[in-house]
Amino acid sequence: MNSPLRSARDVLVSLKLTVILLALGLILVFAATLDQVNLGIWGIQEKWFRTFVVFQPMGGSGTSVPIFPGGYSIGGLLLFNLIAAHIYRFKFTWKKAGIQLTHLGVILLLVGELLSGLWQEDYTMQITEGETKSHSESQHFNELAIIDTTNPEFDEVVAIPEEIVAGREPIQHPKLPFRIVVKDYFPNSDLGMRDAATAKPAQATAGIGLSVQASAAPLTYKQNERNMPAASIELVGANGPIGTWLVSTSFGPHSRAPFLQAPQTLTHEGRTYRLALRWTRSYKPFSFRLIKVTHDVYPGTDTPKNFSSRLELKTPDGRDDREVLIYMNNPLRYGGYTFYQHQMDSAQGLTGLQAVKNPSWLIPYIACSLMTLGLLGQFGIHLLGFIRKRTGPKAP
Amino acid sequence: MKKIFPVAALILTALYLFSTLRTPKNPAEFDVVGFSKLPVLLNGRLKPLDTVARSSLLQLQGRQTVEKPDGTKLQPIEWLLDVSFHSERADTYQTFELTHPELLALFNLTIADGQGKKRFSYKQLSGKFGELDRQAKLARQVENAARSTFQSAVVQLYGNLIHYQRLRHSLVAPGRGDFLGDLLRLQENAEKWRVAVTAKLNKQPHDEAAAAAAMELGEHFADMGNISGPYLVVPPPPGGDPNDWKPVGGILLETFRSGRVDSTALAYAGFARTWRNGEPKRFNELLVLYRADLAKRFPERLSKSDTETRFNAAQPFYTSAVLYGLAFFLAFVSWLAWPDALQRSAFWITGLAWLLATGGILTRMWLEGRPPVTNLYSSALFVGWGAVMLCLILEAVYKNAIASVAAGAIGCATLIIAHHLSLSGDTLEMMQAVLDTNFWLATHVVIVTAGYSATFLAGFLAIIYLLRGLLSTTLDKQTADSLGRMTYGILCFATLFSFVGTVLGGIWADQSWGRFWGWDPKENGALMIVIWNALILHARWGGLVKTRGIMVLAIGGNIITAWSWFGTNMLGVGLHSYGSQSAVAYWLFVFVGSQLALIGLGLIPLDKWRSFRSGSGKAATPLAADSAKAAR
Repeated sequence: MNSPLRSARDVLVSLKLTVILLALGLILVFAATLDQVNLGIWGIQEKWFRTFVVFQPMGGSGTSVPIFPGGYSIGGLLLFNLIAAHIYRFKFTWKKAGIQLTHLGVILLLVGELLSGLWQEDYTMQITEGETKSHSESQHFNELAIIDTTNPEFDEVVAIPEEIVAGREPIQHPKLPFRIVVKDYFPNSDLGMRDAATAKPAQATAGIGLSVQASAAPLTYKQNERNMPAASIELVGANGPIGTWLVSTSFGPHSRAPFLQAPQTLTHEGRTYRLALRWTRSYKPFSFRLIKVTHDVYPGTDTPKNFSSRLELKTPDGRDDREVLIYMNNPLRYGGYTFYQHQMDSAQGLTGLQAVKNPSWLIPYIACSLMTLGLLGQFGIHLLGFIRKRTGPKAP
Repeated sequence: MKKIFPVAALILTALYLFSTLRTPKNPAEFDVVGFSKLPVLLNGRLKPLDTVARSSLLQLQGRQTVEKPDGTKLQPIEWLLDVSFHSERADTYQTFELTHPELLALFNLTIADGQGKKRFSYKQLSGKFGELDRQAKLARQVENAARSTFQSAVVQLYGNLIHYQRLRHSLVAPGRGDFLGDLLRLQENAEKWRVAVTAKLNKQPHDEAAAAAAMELGEHFADMGNISGPYLVVPPPPGGDPNDWKPVGGILLETFRSGRVDSTALAYAGFARTWRNGEPKRFNELLVLYRADLAKRFPERLSKSDTETRFNAAQPFYTSAVLYGLAFFLAFVSWLAWPDALQRSAFWITGLAWLLATGGILTRMWLEGRPPVTNLYSSALFVGWGAVMLCLILEAVYKNAIASVAAGAIGCATLIIAHHLSLSGDTLEMMQAVLDTNFWLATHVVIVTAGYSATFLAGFLAIIYLLRGLLSTTLDKQTADSLGRMTYGILCFATLFSFVGTVLGGIWADQSWGRFWGWDPKENGALMIVIWNALILHARWGGLVKTRGIMVLAIGGNIITAWSWFGTNMLGVGLHSYGSQSAVAYWLFVFVGSQLALIGLGLIPLDKWRSFRSGSGKAATPLAADSAKAAR
């Protein structure tokens, strides 16, 4: 092997690189923690950890400059360094078994974190007492849904992720007899009543957009707020434009104002469609009906002691039809999902469940067991050696 | 002498320790100790009135003793008795801490008017309540974090005055000279008054005098019902829901329906009359009767309440802090003179102080029915406890007083921190719903906190190495070697515990919220400790640092642990932000600054250190050679 290659290899397998990467990781975690004040827990994950390079927007100008290696770079290099060092130096001895087990655990943990970042679906499910639901909704993602309601037996849904709408390219879907043209899109929006005298003529030709207008609002990162995007959507059929609608996640049954609650529908070529920009949904092959929510407090205080939801779980094929109880620290695992008690408004009889699907959920458990065993073994060997050394000389 | 001294120190310390555990004595003929044991429901848990008095005083003025205007001292319960039953007198006690100059100006007061230049009486403040009310309304419109120091002081004082008012309204109606007389009249005329009031409300002919008397009293009851608190006094009726305690005002209003005055309300009215009139004999008789009645109904609760009163009076953590301080001093001196005797004395005293702290923590666990760490206060207790335990083991092995110095310093410091954390009120509080699980509190929280203990201990051992080596000539090769080994061992321990604790936290999060890791500030803080400890160990294994480098890095561990412990709570985001306090920020900065300064000192090359300077008597040449290498 020639010398530049060899020196590159020496760097890659070196403990020095490990130490530098650990230090960088420490700074990354610290900076990301501080940045939570601005961006919230969700925002920093995208900016600092789920990226190769951290970009910092520069005041006002709208440009971003790279300031630090991101979580993928540091984690990836650490993983590489770890694996390379072990392959290069690996030699099994009992004395080193603990260390090797620990590092195998670290590798698994890093991989597991990557996988759950990629695979985990973390949605919520809000149900009011008496209501039945079979879908959960994302807390972060939105979708443009075009629902064919012609058949009273079932709905046929075409859901377009918000990123595609944001791309503003015309959208053509094989199941739809029209193209979708995005005329306007705001990632977060304020709604106001359209003032016919002063405002520009409405883009919308039908629906809520005739009386309501949307304007751009600054993005929010607060933990208890979410962005409410809006878009002006024109549908164009084979014979030219069908019409333009204003859609927003602010519309819908959850809205405060009654005139925003009505569904926006259209009829085209004998079929009826409903249009909505909504929180991205994930449908389940089973449904929940909320029977009752309970909110316990400690006696004589307002401090919550427990929240619990009693639900009726049903599958369409009738194989499951039973009552379940979900409460704090006691989730329900069913059908590949785990449902956690998340929010509650007992006055309104409303419960919020977190519905999580994470196929890689077992990896951290295995990784942690390996690492704990490894560390215990390693330090145990040290300790025994130390005690033997201390007590040794005193023996006659 | 060498042998007698440690034994004498041990015996004296033990005697002092037992003297603090004696049953508290009544200062006068009134059985105020007996009264202080009466249970009430506060913040979701049955506690003795003693705890109400003490935590209220801590909240109002940051200390538990009250000085009367004539200079005599009052026990907390005597103060509560005066507040409840003799408020004209209590209003003159200077128990409101007030230091903000602008707020003082608002009250036309100067620090010279205050006891200890900072404590003022209700009476001194009473002239400006209207203005304070207005300022509090203004300040409340501003978000907590954005308030100026003046606004924070206004909100705090306002809250304290409300707390005081609530205490005054909890047992009897304040301002009624003879509340017992009122209740007895009510008992006699209950039916007559009820009829009169009903008729009056229905606009029918009625006995005007009876209706007026009833309605006047009723208004007082309603006031009590509205203002009383923070604790509930009237136990549930036999066979009722054991948690259904009621306020006195509320139960008295029910008299107009039931026609029977509640016996608890009568008992407290009786206490009020005998206390005001200075009739200790009748006060004590009434107390015996009332306690006997409670003992029949809640024998177990009563014994818990008694234990808590004893615990409060003994103040084991205060005694422990004093002993840790003493041990620190003795161990430190042992490096200069009398090494054997002082080293052994310090070790024994540390042991006793640790046993006392253990007893204190166990008592708290029993009272609360919880694992040791449930809030920031108890984490401070536990960090100290864990670190001292490790020190005791180290000292038993090495016998060089180093671990005793560290034990004294960390033990004393953490108990002082705990004291300051206790000022926000009762420290045995209920757990929020998410945290209401003893299994995870017992595993994740305890182990992570043990990780803090060990990381801090490694940092303090490093400080000892640094200061002794740099400033004195006492760090000979043997001592330096043992310090190096001790620090390394503790670092391994710290890595293990902070790692396992963090991971268990992840598993708890996965079980409870559906994600193993959420990048919450406290989680990140714990992760940073793990990364830092791993970094030190890898740097050592890679030969990148020698002893001095490890020591400098270990001091860095102090900063990271302090950040994880307190700093992360100050961000106010995430699931763990349960302990945010602005005063903490100042001390955190001071601590971090001091550690950075120490790290700066640690960067001075070894050959400039007094212990390693060539020709400095004791310094061993092999080490000097080694250190020259290390300094590269």
